[in-house]
Amino acid sequence: MNFAALLPELVLTAGAIALMMVAAFVPRAGRITSGVAVGLLVAATVMLIGAPQESGPLFGGMIAADGFSAFGKMLIFLGAAVAIIGAHGWFGQMVGEDGANDLSGQHGAEFPVLILFSVVGMAVMVSATSLVTLYVGLELQSLAAYVLASYRRSDARSAEAGLKYFVLGSLASGILLYGISLLYGFTGTTDFSGIAAAFLREGPHSLGLLFGLVFLLAGLAFKISAVPFHMWTPDVYEGAPTPVTAFFASAPKVAAVLLATRVCLGALGPAIEAWRQIVIVVALASILLGAVAAYGQTNIKRLLAYSSINNVGFALIGLAAGGLQGASSVLFYMAVYLVMTLGAFLCVLRLRGEDGEPLEQLSALSGLSQARPGLAAALAFFMFSLAGIPPFLGFWSKLAVFIAAVHAGLIWVAVIGILGTVVGAYYYLKVVKILYFDAPAAPLGRVRAPLEGALIAVAAIFVSPLGYLLIGPITRLTGNAASSLF
Amino acid sequence: MNSVPLLSLLIAIPLVGGMACLIVSPSSARWVALLATLLDLILGILMWTAYVPGGPQWQFVEHVSLAGNSLSWALGIDGIALMLIMLSVFLMPICIGASWRAIEKRVPEYMAAFLLMEALMIGVFAAQDLLLFYIFFEGGLIPMYLIIGIWGGAERIKASYKFFLYTLAGSVLMLIAMLVMIGMAGTSSIPALMAYNFPVGLQSWLWLAFFASFAVKMPMWPVHTWLPDAHVQAPTAGSVILAGVLLKMGGYGFIRFSLPMFPEASAQFLPLVFVLSGIAVVYTSLVALVQRDMKKLIAYSSVAHMAFVTFGLFAFNRQGIEGALIVMLSHGLVSAALFLCVGVIYDRLHTREIARYGGLSNNMPGYALLFMLFTMASVGLPGTSGFVGEFLSLTGTYRASSWGAAVATTGIILGAAYMLYLYWRICFGTSINTDAAAMPDLDTREWWLLAPIAAVVLWMGVYPESFMAPMRADVGRLLVRLQPVTPAGDSQLTKGKPVTITTHGATE
Repeated sequence: MNFAALLPELVLTAGAIALMMVAAFVPRAGRITSGVAVGLLVAATVMLIGAPQESGPLFGGMIAADGFSAFGKMLIFLGAAVAIIGAHGWFGQMVGEDGANDLSGQHGAEFPVLILFSVVGMAVMVSATSLVTLYVGLELQSLAAYVLASYRRSDARSAEAGLKYFVLGSLASGILLYGISLLYGFTGTTDFSGIAAAFLREGPHSLGLLFGLVFLLAGLAFKISAVPFHMWTPDVYEGAPTPVTAFFASAPKVAAVLLATRVCLGALGPAIEAWRQIVIVVALASILLGAVAAYGQTNIKRLLAYSSINNVGFALIGLAAGGLQGASSVLFYMAVYLVMTLGAFLCVLRLRGEDGEPLEQLSALSGLSQARPGLAAALAFFMFSLAGIPPFLGFWSKLAVFIAAVHAGLIWVAVIGILGTVVGAYYYLKVVKILYFDAPAAPLGRVRAPLEGALIAVAAIFVSPLGYLLIGPITRLTGNAASSLF
Repeated sequence: MNSVPLLSLLIAIPLVGGMACLIVSPSSARWVALLATLLDLILGILMWTAYVPGGPQWQFVEHVSLAGNSLSWALGIDGIALMLIMLSVFLMPICIGASWRAIEKRVPEYMAAFLLMEALMIGVFAAQDLLLFYIFFEGGLIPMYLIIGIWGGAERIKASYKFFLYTLAGSVLMLIAMLVMIGMAGTSSIPALMAYNFPVGLQSWLWLAFFASFAVKMPMWPVHTWLPDAHVQAPTAGSVILAGVLLKMGGYGFIRFSLPMFPEASAQFLPLVFVLSGIAVVYTSLVALVQRDMKKLIAYSSVAHMAFVTFGLFAFNRQGIEGALIVMLSHGLVSAALFLCVGVIYDRLHTREIARYGGLSNNMPGYALLFMLFTMASVGLPGTSGFVGEFLSLTGTYRASSWGAAVATTGIILGAAYMLYLYWRICFGTSINTDAAAMPDLDTREWWLLAPIAAVVLWMGVYPESFMAPMRADVGRLLVRLQPVTPAGDSQLTKGKPVTITTHGATE
């Protein structure tokens, strides 16, 4: 058995268990666990570089450590590390002059541990080559996420978010499990390659297989919060503490999209004609609903929730295109999306009133460009990039998806999708308008967080036109990663 | 000359200047911006002198690959692009000068936005890669959005949204068309695509997608409605650059993409373009006639003038295309100058209402003189740049369609009507308002802004050869490309029977 290929997961699991002990027995261990967790994630990322890229199927075909999973894990680990850093600063900073809003007591040392467990689940998700490991990874990730959503247990909104997430998530898991059982019943295997062979044998019109496929996709659509399974997203994003929302919008989303990509192109590859129409409808619905529903939002976190629904729609267009180019465009899209989203959330994390209370209303951004030009410029960069306006890098990731769609002959999908970017541009522009055109609102409190500031700067430079210099290397990476699916 | 990446330098200088503006004090930001734009102007003049008319089609070529075969930093210009770049670098220092006192809040950001705008405009005209062109083309929306939204008038937010979303909606379809073209031809290089023959059936779709973008940018009737709002709300220098250069991107797009890449489709849609242009000329001229806001009037006149460009371009003959190009250059100068003229009195009285002024020729003779010159150039008086362009363009239109020419020519008459009416109401008559009568004449700064434009307008009117020579060979290449599809035209011109000079003398 080749354990070396799973070294990152093993290290993270062992580390998480050890940190749980530390959290339980060492008082005020938040600083230690956060630091060590970030260190572990960075170390695991480094291990990916040296890991055997093509170790083949492991554990009798349950899991694979290939280029695809390595790319996904790299994004997940880095995203999670940034989320932990942001959370540590956010909880620690939250002290007003009179001690109001003091949340440091609520920031237990378990927080990074939970994220680590979630990360291990995600690593399994992107490596799964069997329906069983798929489900196990997904549940491990979700269970940790349910707890994280209700992390501020004294806050009613947070508790509500956790409960909502749990109930709806369980429902989705049930649907997914039902799909898995149907697929297993009709193919006699849980192996992705076995299922693909069965689809080839039976043809894409076997009713049982089709039912299984539909339920499986419905369950996955919930996890990536694609329309029509998106309803939980705005509520959970709004209710969960902001660092947790930042985490939800980044790493788990990447993991779920990558998982969907591997399932669709690997296990369901021969049935592309069957699932393509589903994915196209879901993608376009997500793009349009994400764009339209964001209009009326006054809460930044809700706005970003709809933005993430909208963005997942674009990634799904790449998936619908299929083939090597489609898969590679999805990877590229998610990589850029991760950076933009984390950058935007890191900016939101810095929004504090003068008494230290966190601000979430869009009106708090009013005229920010005059009080805090750097922060406003960075946020404007992320907004333009999320909207896909050139010359920001978000344009190129959308373009990659559209190139794949056009090459696959889905021109009408590309046309509708790109018109969706115009609709969506409106509310991204609204944020820029609030930042730059409106009169300044109440002054913000100072936040001392040099590390987060540096991360914001790095992300802003990445999405700026300078990021175009990286298109070549990233495209090579995503191309390599995608080729291991075929 | 090839050793110096002149075009990259032209783009880089304003970018560096813009970043420098952000970190210095407001007063030095003005000087940094002026310096950067003047430096660009000098480089532009150097480039013009180094350009070889009749030499290779693409000069000052640069190429660095960025992402395989789909995106590269490919720059290069032909004569048409050269002239439009010259227009941009010429107007830019004037814009900075026009904002010297008018802009008081957030000066560093303002200057940075303008310099960014300049870099992107030059990029649009110099790009030789389809996607690079698109990036510059769309990127230009961001600084203009900020300029209108931050430093604009009372309704600025609505105007900035309208500007951004209108133009974006027009352009995204073009992007899909570009992707289809790249997929089919296997290259994103504009020179290669200009020689590629797309299937005729597909050409119609591609042409329509490009048309959606350029018609909005141009702007053509009925998608022009963003322009009056944007012009009225933008600060003076914003209007200048909008009318002077941004509108030219539409015409440039037609001549660079639609005509050479889809000649069959262009011929097929010729009636559509002529009908839309004809409506634009008459309708927007009539609308201009009843405007009470100076800027709005000039904005509508821009739409009418741009219709001359589309008439000329789709005439498919040398006079028409060269005329259209000269109209583009001339309108770039004249409308810019007219907006500056509006800005001059707006700075004094803070209103654009025509009725508030009157009799300005008494207290502002210098102003009245220059304003008169630009009014006449806009009307198309011989000796000014407007005449050369409009005459050529109408001649070309007549060869293609006599009805089109008949409708277009009414635009000249109506143009004279609304411009002279405007001039009469502002400069002549009695001064009703004492505050308008007390306004001082142009100061030195304002002379420096308007006099260079006046000089070039006269130069182009008297000796247009300087401006047409670099473009002649490129128009020739385009005509070769269009030759197989050129429609016969209904004017049925026949060559006259020349009589030699000796017999002429004998009959006397």
